[in-house]
Formats: sequence, C-alpha cells, structure tokens
Amino acid sequence: MTHFTPETPDQVREAVAWAVSEGAPLSVRGAGTKASVGRPINTSHELDLSRLTGITLYEAEELILQAWAGTPMSEIEAALSARNQRLEFEPPNYAALLKSDKGAGTLGGAVAANLAGPRRIKSGAARDHFLGFEAVSGRGEDFKSGGRVVKNVTGYDLCKLMAGSWGTLGVMTRITVKVMPVAEKQRTVLLATDDPETAVRALTEGLNSPYDLSGAAWVPTAIAARSGLSLISGQGSGVAALRLDGPGPSVEYRCEKLRQMLGVHGPTDELHSRNSAGFWREIRDVAPFSASDDLRAVWRLSTAPSEGAALYGSVMALPGAEAFLDWGGGLIWLAVEGAGDAGAEAIRTALQAHGGHATLIRGGADLRAAVEPFQPLKPGVRRLTEKIKQAFDPSGVLNPGRMYDGV
Amino acid sequence: MQMPEPDRGAIARREEIAAALRAIVPGEGVIVDEDERRPYESDGLSAYQTLPLLVVLPETVEQVSQVLRYCFENGIKVVPRGAGTSLSGGALPLEDGVLLGLGKFNRILEVDYDNRCARVQPGVTNLAITKAVEADGFYYAPDPSSQIACSIGGNVAENSGGVHCLKYGLTTNNLLGVQIVTIDGEVIEIGGKHLDSEAYDLLGVMTGSEGLLGVVTEVTVRLLRTPETARAVLLGFETSEAAGDCVAKIIGAGIIPGGMEMMDKPAIHAAEDFVRAGYPLDVEALLIVELDGPTQEVDYLIDRVREIADGCGAVSQRVSESEEERLTFWAGRKAAFPAVGRISPDYYCMDGTIPRHQLPKVLTRMNELSSQYGLRVANVFHAGDGNLHPLILYDANNPGELEKAEDFGSDILKLCVEVGGVLTGEHGVGVEKRDLMGTMFSEADLQQQQRLKCAFDPGGLLNPGKVFPTLHRCAELGRMHIHKGQMPFPDIPRF
Ligand SMILES: Cc1cc2nc3c(=O)[nH]c(=O)nc-3n(C[C@H](O)[C@H](O)[C@H](O)COP(=O)(O)OP(=O)(O)OC[C@H]3O[C@@H](n4cnc5c(N)ncnc54)[C@H](O)[C@@H]3O)c2cc1C
Repeated sequence: MTHFTPETPDQVREAVAWAVSEGAPLSVRGAGTKASVGRPINTSHELDLSRLTGITLYEAEELILQAWAGTPMSEIEAALSARNQRLEFEPPNYAALLKSDKGAGTLGGAVAANLAGPRRIKSGAARDHFLGFEAVSGRGEDFKSGGRVVKNVTGYDLCKLMAGSWGTLGVMTRITVKVMPVAEKQRTVLLATDDPETAVRALTEGLNSPYDLSGAAWVPTAIAARSGLSLISGQGSGVAALRLDGPGPSVEYRCEKLRQMLGVHGPTDELHSRNSAGFWREIRDVAPFSASDDLRAVWRLSTAPSEGAALYGSVMALPGAEAFLDWGGGLIWLAVEGAGDAGAEAIRTALQAHGGHATLIRGGADLRAAVEPFQPLKPGVRRLTEKIKQAFDPSGVLNPGRMYDGV
Repeated sequence: MQMPEPDRGAIARREEIAAALRAIVPGEGVIVDEDERRPYESDGLSAYQTLPLLVVLPETVEQVSQVLRYCFENGIKVVPRGAGTSLSGGALPLEDGVLLGLGKFNRILEVDYDNRCARVQPGVTNLAITKAVEADGFYYAPDPSSQIACSIGGNVAENSGGVHCLKYGLTTNNLLGVQIVTIDGEVIEIGGKHLDSEAYDLLGVMTGSEGLLGVVTEVTVRLLRTPETARAVLLGFETSEAAGDCVAKIIGAGIIPGGMEMMDKPAIHAAEDFVRAGYPLDVEALLIVELDGPTQEVDYLIDRVREIADGCGAVSQRVSESEEERLTFWAGRKAAFPAVGRISPDYYCMDGTIPRHQLPKVLTRMNELSSQYGLRVANVFHAGDGNLHPLILYDANNPGELEKAEDFGSDILKLCVEVGGVLTGEHGVGVEKRDLMGTMFSEADLQQQQRLKCAFDPGGLLNPGKVFPTLHRCAELGRMHIHKGQMPFPDIPRF
C-alpha cells in the first residue's frame, strides 16, 4: 500500500508513471469527501491530491480563478467571497450527506464530479464554468486543454470530458474556472402545496415566465417539517420554492409579479436574503437526507422536468421512500431503504419511460458492488466510453472500474 | 496550405463511388457533375477552394448511416457540411473525399415548452429556431452574426458564439442532446431533455469538434424565455484604453450585460457609412452595451452603466428609447463585416481571444504590425469576453497581398496566445489555424487530443487535414513507452 501525497505536478506525473510501469492501479482522490460514490475499487495504492494546493491566479475583473486541483473548496470560496464573487454553479457540500468529516472537498473533486447546485437550471454545472486544466494522463504524460479565457474553441473541449469523469481519465493538477459576481439581492417565493403535480406546474410557469428564476424546487410536507428554517417547517404543508436573484429593484419587482402569477395555485409567501440562502443551502446539500441517523440509500435522478411529478409518483412506491424535487422537476433526490438492490431496478425501469439517468450517491460498499451506481450505458455510448478510457488510460491505472466495469 | 496527400485511387473510382452512393441516396442526391460541384468548393473562408470528389445530400438518418458505413468500409474520406459559412475552412472539401451536405435536414421536429427545448434537424438555420418560437415568447440564445444562414449542426460542430454569449453562454451551454452517426454508420443518442450526462460528457465533446468525431443528425437545444425588455447604450471614448477600462468596471460592478461590443475607429466609420446607425465619428472606440431583463432591472442597470461610463470619461452617450432605435444601434455592429467589405476589395477576419486587460497592449502592437505589413485593420470586439475580430483589409488582385494578410493574421493570433489568450474564440481551427496549434499546445497535448479522435474515428476518415497540424496513425498514438523500474520518484511524499 503506497499512499502518494504529491505537492507538485511533477510528482503527480512520477506517481502515475510508476503506477503504469508497475501495473499498479491507483485510487485518485482530492480530500476524499466523495470516496464513497461509485463502484468500490480494489487498488492498493492511493494518489492523494490534497497537498497540491493553493490559488495560483485570481483576477476578479477578468472573472477567472486558477488553482491547484487539491485546493480546498473552503479556501476558494473564502477568496472569492472577499471580492464579492462566487462559483456560479453553486457547488454543493455533500459532507453531511456522505457522512464524511473532510469538509467541502477540493476544487479538483468538484470538477471531476461535475457538481451542480440548484442554480444549474440557469447557470449550468461545473462543466459550464471550467475553462482549462493541466493534467497527467493514465499514460503518465502531462497534457493540458482549454485556457484562461471564457471564449475558446481551440481544439477539442477536453474540459467537458474531464468534468464528470471521476478521475478515470486523467489526474487534473491545475484548474481554471470562471467566477461571477454575487447577485445584489435574493428572494424566494413560496407556494404551499402538497401535490407534486401542482408544484411542477407552478415551477414550470415560473421557469417559462420572464422572471428569470435561479432555483425551482419542491419539498413535500414531511421534508418541509424537518427544515431548519421556521418559515419552511411552519408551513404545515409541502412547499414549492422559486428563487430570484439580481439587482435589488429587479428582485422586488419580479417577486411581486411571481406571487401574483402563482397565487391561483394556493397561498404564497416569501423568504428574504438570509432565510432564502439558508433554504437553498438545504436543497443544494441534500440536507433532508443528511441527518446522522439517516442510513437510507440516496439516489439522484435527472429527467425531463415535465416528467418529474410522474417519476416522483412511481419511485415513491419503494420501501422507505422519501423524495424532493429540484431543477423545476428535472432532478429528484430520493432516499430509500438500502436493503436488496435499494430500488435500482425499479428506478431504472421507471426512468425508461421518462428519459434520463439515476446515480446512487449514497450506499454501502456491498450495495455499490451489487448494483451499478452510475446509469448503465446503451451499447453505442458504452463502446465510445470504453474507447475514450483506452485513449486516456490504456493500462487502467486511474480509478479503474469506479464508474463502470472495465472503465 | 498543405493538405494530406490525396488518395489517387479514390479519385479514379469517382464514378463507381457515385453509383454506390446513388443506391443509398436516389435521385438528385448525389452530385458528380463538375459544374454542380463547384458551389461547394469553399466555405466562408473563400481564399481556399477545392472541388470535392463528389457531393452527397442525404435526406434521412438511415441514409447518412449507410453513406458513412460505405465510406468506412471503402476507406473514403468524408467532409460534413452544414451551410458552409465556416470562417476557418472547416467545411473545405477534399479532392479525394465525399462532401456530406446536411442541407436537406431542415425540419424542426418538436418544440417542447414544458421542458423549454426544441428538437431540430441539423440543417435548420440558427435563426429559424428563434423564429419558430418567438411568437410564443421564447428564443434560442446563441446568436452568431451569420445566424440567418448558418446551420445548427454547424453551430454544434464549431461551438459557435454570438453577442449574447457573454450572459447566456456559447452553443455548448445551450444544448441538451444530439444524435450522431459515427464513421462506421452507428447511430448514437447522446443526452435528451434532461440535464447533464450519466457518464462521460459526450455532448460536450461533440460540441466544437469541427466535424472530426461524428456527423450530427439531430440537436436538442434549450429555449429561453424572451426577456421583458432590452435597451442598449452607445458609449463613445477618446481612447480604446478608456473603453476597455469601462468594460472592466461594468463587470467589476457585478453587471453582466446581455451584450457588450466594442468597435475601433475604422470599424465605426465603415459601419456608419454603410448603415447610418448614428454612431459618433469623432471617437476612437465605441461600446454598445445592451441590458436585458425586466423593465425595472434594465432601467436601473442602464443608470449604473451610464454612471460608470461617466467615470471612465465617455465623451458621448446615447440610450435607445425604442426597440427600433436599439436595433439601429446593433445594425452597424451586425453589418460590420460587409461594411468593411465595402471599403476594401477583400478582408480577412481573425478571431483570437485575450484576457481583457491586455486589450491596449494588443491594439498598440496590432497598429505596429499594420504599418509593418502596410495593410489596414479594423477591429470589432466581443469586449465582454475578450474575443477580438480584427478585419485585415487587403486586395487579392495585388500579387502577394493575400499571403501578407495571412502572415499579419498569424502574427495577431500568436500575439493573442503570447498575452495569455487563445487562437480562436468561436470560428474554429479548421485549416486556417491548424498550423498555429503548436503555439498553444505541446506535441503531447495535441497527441492526447488525437487519441480522442481515434476513439471515434480510428481510420481518420472524418474531415482529415483539419485542426491538427500533423496526422498520426492511431496505432502509433496508442503505443506506450514503459520504462519499468526506471521511474524515479524519490521525492514524492507519502505515508
Ligand atoms: C458573415 C459571417 C459572420 C459570422 N459570425 C459568426 C459569429 O458571430 N459567431 C460565430 O461563432 N461564428 C460566426 N461565423 C462563422 C460560422 O457562421 C459558424 O462557424 C457556423 O456555426 C458554421 O455553420 P455552418 O452550418 O455554416 O457550418 P459549415 O461551414 O458548413 O461547417 C462548419 C464545420 O462544421 C462541420 N459540420 C457542419 N455540419 C455538421 C454536422 N451536421 N455534423 C458534423 N459536423 C458538421 C463541418 O465539417 C465544418 O468543420 C460567421 C460567418 C460568417 C460568414
């Protein structure tokens, strides 16, 4: 068991080159906060990027930040917030959800997992803010792609490929991301409703309005009741929530308009700055399933927003099921009993009718070995996926099998 | 421009290949006659022309699949083509290659407002998507200046941008799915109406791949609700530094305008002479800043932008008071290319991106180059995101002037890279910037990109000669040089 903790990109390359020459696969990680996501992998060696840290360039006026991949998200967020900026993809902190004590993870991890928060519907995921990187391929060679400017189509967009590849294609050493100014003001319009169909209809109306939502979620009664915010727990009902952010006068105006529009569906209310931020943090971090005694398996389902309510209805039949919606109905967070296949087959069968994919985000190692945590691939995509793995990591030394068998 | 050595055998078999393709695409869909091939000999980069081996215009995905399978099995090269507006020669034909035109794929298949998306065929023009949904209050955000002509398939292949991309992202940020056909004829669905990929982001990889990885046969784009209102401000400055400073301060104040464009004096004059947009003629730099959103927001932000502009020494300010006036402000900018085309027999449009704060340095250096080469240059600039479009004015009838313009162009692009920028912001590498790739990437970087190509197209049959300066065989790229036991790693900390 070798545990590499490189402090320079050259050391990363040497470690990978060693792994290649020895045929000794590595498990690649940042802070390890998401080590329990994906198929369990049997590697006796670990490449730990948590000491490859530091912000190497931050130009607030150019809206870019560059840092070593192991830089803690807390450090990045502190630097940004000192200049009143943020990562627009609203990276979640799954520490509590995944029962990890390692904080909010690293920048490399956020990108490799292609994280996204509720603002995904408006501003995109990590992939959409990821401008460039330097990495070591599974061949033990340095390579880079992208740049430090927002607009760039020079060569293939390998950033997209690295985002969401969970360390199976290359070890990113340095990352450049786009940053954005923090909105002046935020508010959330609440609509009390227990019915997921009404909720999705209201969210759709909001999203299809000119009021420019940056969040559109729904929690059922039981989940609302557990909220840390009295304005939510006190509703005594499920709650659809629609977030607005932007300049002050604009937010006030849109808030009023949206309440008028949604009033036909039931009573509305609003959350202001701190409460609004608190609520969306709960949604973002999957707080409803993050209690320390909550041992259920947790799935993340991405589907067409219009299918959200129907899909919610079908998965709620599973034992111990509880769920809430984000992304206007397009994202379902589902907790179920971890016994058997934790609903894997039922969930994926239900998804076939609606389109999309399901990922097991929380589950014991046995469960993750028994079911496919990542959505099984259709043959054409499967073939390309294997060939891409082969192109970047021909000896399979980087997180082999973490996403799929043979990948 | 050196293209890969043509396959004489394929050229000799033209009639035989045509017959085989006619069996797949009947009727007029296979073009062999030289005069009829002529219109396809170049794209928007008209300095380069090559007559294709033949042209095939399929109408169904099944036909595309069969054409590709035939070419794959017979080792024949294929160049996909949308509307042929590429400015980098991406759709430049090969004399030994089949030109696969997607022009007949011109239907909008589905508009789905509940999911805010539309499913369209690749030959649909960019503008046609917005036209189909605007009466219902929606639009498709990326808006290349060529939007009346360019196809959405071409937009995917080039990851095209436009004025609105500062706020709403490029093509890649506005797609949900594509259907592609790989060179061996397999039809693959990527994405759908949901967000993000279950595995590797093949949608992201396909976008901007310049027709080298697969043929796009269907696209699912995101639709956005049309903002309540949009207003534009025209700001004139005595120096480009002051204009650049104003751009930085607007963004620094947390304002991301719907569009923020800059023009220099030669571009302002050319545009004003052409469309009479009412631009001030005595300024060195002009900014068009557009704010869109709810009326309250737009009015509020316009006031803030004007304050900032005052602070930066703007010598003229005009706010659009009507939709008509706003469109007039834009008319000059949108017609900048043809406007420059009126003052010079030929022009060559460049497309580098730079970190914004490098603008003064780059403009100064560009002026020096301009006198050095003896060629004039006009600049239009997506100022908000640092994407420069210098237009080099030349006359192709003067011997040697095209070459001079090209050399000037490459000097500009090298300069962009030198100051921390990139070779192309939205027009693509194609053949035009192919040989400059080495200024931005190491051989190892380029080889890794080509390995990705090998995963999709191991025989290198799709659009060869584009993007990569040197072609390698996939077998060669796949080779590993392993030095067992020799890897020194004495200093890697571990526990
Ligand atoms: C006056 C003018 C203004 C322009 N303004 C802009 C601008 O503002 N922003 C901008 O980004 N670009 C601009 N362009 C460039 C050009 O319009 C874009 O690159 C456009 O996306 C090309 O689309 P097309 O359909 O014409 O593609 P083509 O030129 O036919 O092809 C371009 C590339 O895409 C490939 N391709 C085309 N269709 C497919 C398909 N279905 N599947 C796979 N590959 C395919 C081709 O092989 C080629 O490599 C401008 C061009 C002109 C002439």
